Amino acid sequence: MSNTSLIELNNAGVFEGGHWRVRGVNLAVERGEIVTLIGPNGSGKSTTAKLALGVLKPTEGSATQAKSLRIAYVPQKLYIDWSLPLDVQHFMHLTGSIPAQDVAQALEAAGVKHLNQSQLSSLSGGEFQRVLIARAMARKPDFLVLDEPVQGVDYNGEIALYELISVIRDKLQCGILMISHDLHVVMAATDRVLCLNGHVCCSGSPTAVAESPEFKSLFGLRGESNLALYTHDHDHKHMPDGQIEHIHPTKKESGHVR
Amino acid sequence: MFDDFFVRALLAGIGVALVAGPLGCFVVWRRLAYFGDTLSHGALLGVAVGLLLQIHLPTAVFIVCTFIALALFTIRRRSMISSDALLGLLSHSALAIGLVVLGFLTWVRVDLMGLLFGDILAVSENDLLLIWIGALCTLSILTWIWKPLFAATVSQELAEAEGLEPRRTELIFMILMAAVIAISMKIVGVLLITSLLIIPAAASRRFATSPAQMLIVASVIGVLSVIAGLLSSLTWDTPSGPSIVVAALICFLVSLTPFVNLFRSNLGASRNIGHE
Repeated sequence: MSNTSLIELNNAGVFEGGHWRVRGVNLAVERGEIVTLIGPNGSGKSTTAKLALGVLKPTEGSATQAKSLRIAYVPQKLYIDWSLPLDVQHFMHLTGSIPAQDVAQALEAAGVKHLNQSQLSSLSGGEFQRVLIARAMARKPDFLVLDEPVQGVDYNGEIALYELISVIRDKLQCGILMISHDLHVVMAATDRVLCLNGHVCCSGSPTAVAESPEFKSLFGLRGESNLALYTHDHDHKHMPDGQIEHIHPTKKESGHVR
Repeated sequence: MFDDFFVRALLAGIGVALVAGPLGCFVVWRRLAYFGDTLSHGALLGVAVGLLLQIHLPTAVFIVCTFIALALFTIRRRSMISSDALLGLLSHSALAIGLVVLGFLTWVRVDLMGLLFGDILAVSENDLLLIWIGALCTLSILTWIWKPLFAATVSQELAEAEGLEPRRTELIFMILMAAVIAISMKIVGVLLITSLLIIPAAASRRFATSPAQMLIVASVIGVLSVIAGLLSSLTWDTPSGPSIVVAALICFLVSLTPFVNLFRSNLGASRNIGHE
């Protein structure tokens, strides 16, 4: 394991329920880096993330974490039953106490400060995702794992959340592992993409992955159309204020068409 | 009016209710009602084993229940049978085996009604001591594991990923369940133990805006139910265990009325709807 890696998977595989969920994954996440996992359903994205989190043990290969690594996790599904009276404020301290100032800052940054006292079960899908991300952020993690963080969020909200995730990276200098099946916006913020399909199908910089033949054959035409969107969003990423809408409004309009 | 036996019954019931409330909240949150039923039916098997081996009954119940809890804990991870069916199978098998074994023990006279529905008015001073020691131990352990247990209740994966140990905590929780069943069997009986766990917890939901509040309110409602149940049992000569359960049910029904909103702090009531 190299000195700077937060987590490292070496030829890791998980055998479960009579078949290999994923096999032969090599992955290292460094500080200040965003790595995105993409791939079709059942391609082993969540399994790979759980290996990195240490929740699953590899059947073969190895998964190592840096010593005393502070982890924060934004799970894919979190169902809060009505029988559980839990408001956002209490939820922020779920796995450990956090200074009130950090909680307030994180809620503010995620744009959900006004929901501070709301019951979790009363939040909409998008609000809930923001609260989940705020909670992870308030923990000030070294390593942050997000499993499809923008699900149930509308297009504008999606852009804002990705913006927030890159702000978290810049502020905390943490390593981020993100799962997404939504390619075009992800690629704008990410440093490295790992495309999974039961194994690592291809990996590298977003551009390299999007242009690789493996990626095209896996995602077909839709993948190629996403490639166009990616280039578009990439242009915007480099604007200093991060406000995509202000730059090429007409171009963005066309970019919306899916 | 307050005879000795009645005071003992009251103290015993209050001791059990204090701990059953908070534990019951976790049973409700984690959807373990059926699991609780299985354990409490297993208690009858515990009684049979205890009588057979001639050991202290609550200890025998505690051991048998712990054993069933651990078995369920292990099986649930690898079983192909849905846990619902599995619990049903174990629950009624334990009850049936217990009754069959008791049937073979022709040399002991067993008060079956007392076992099934409780015999709170026959609580001895030793029972009382056991109940209070058990309740206080359970409450302190619950306070100790409260944070990781609650985190694991919200999301097992999240708790595990962020460095808590949900499995160990879960195991401790199940042993606590076994302990509470062992001490409350005498109060409400095998068939009604789960109700003492679940009804006060469910009744407390609408009074609470935070998890800790709900635990406390559940204890209070449990204690009130015990007092009301026992008083009515004394007044109308109704069976004590079922009277307590009926009192708890009335508390639950009251909690459903809009009336309750008056008691609730209006924390969390304000929320900007439509704010993006």
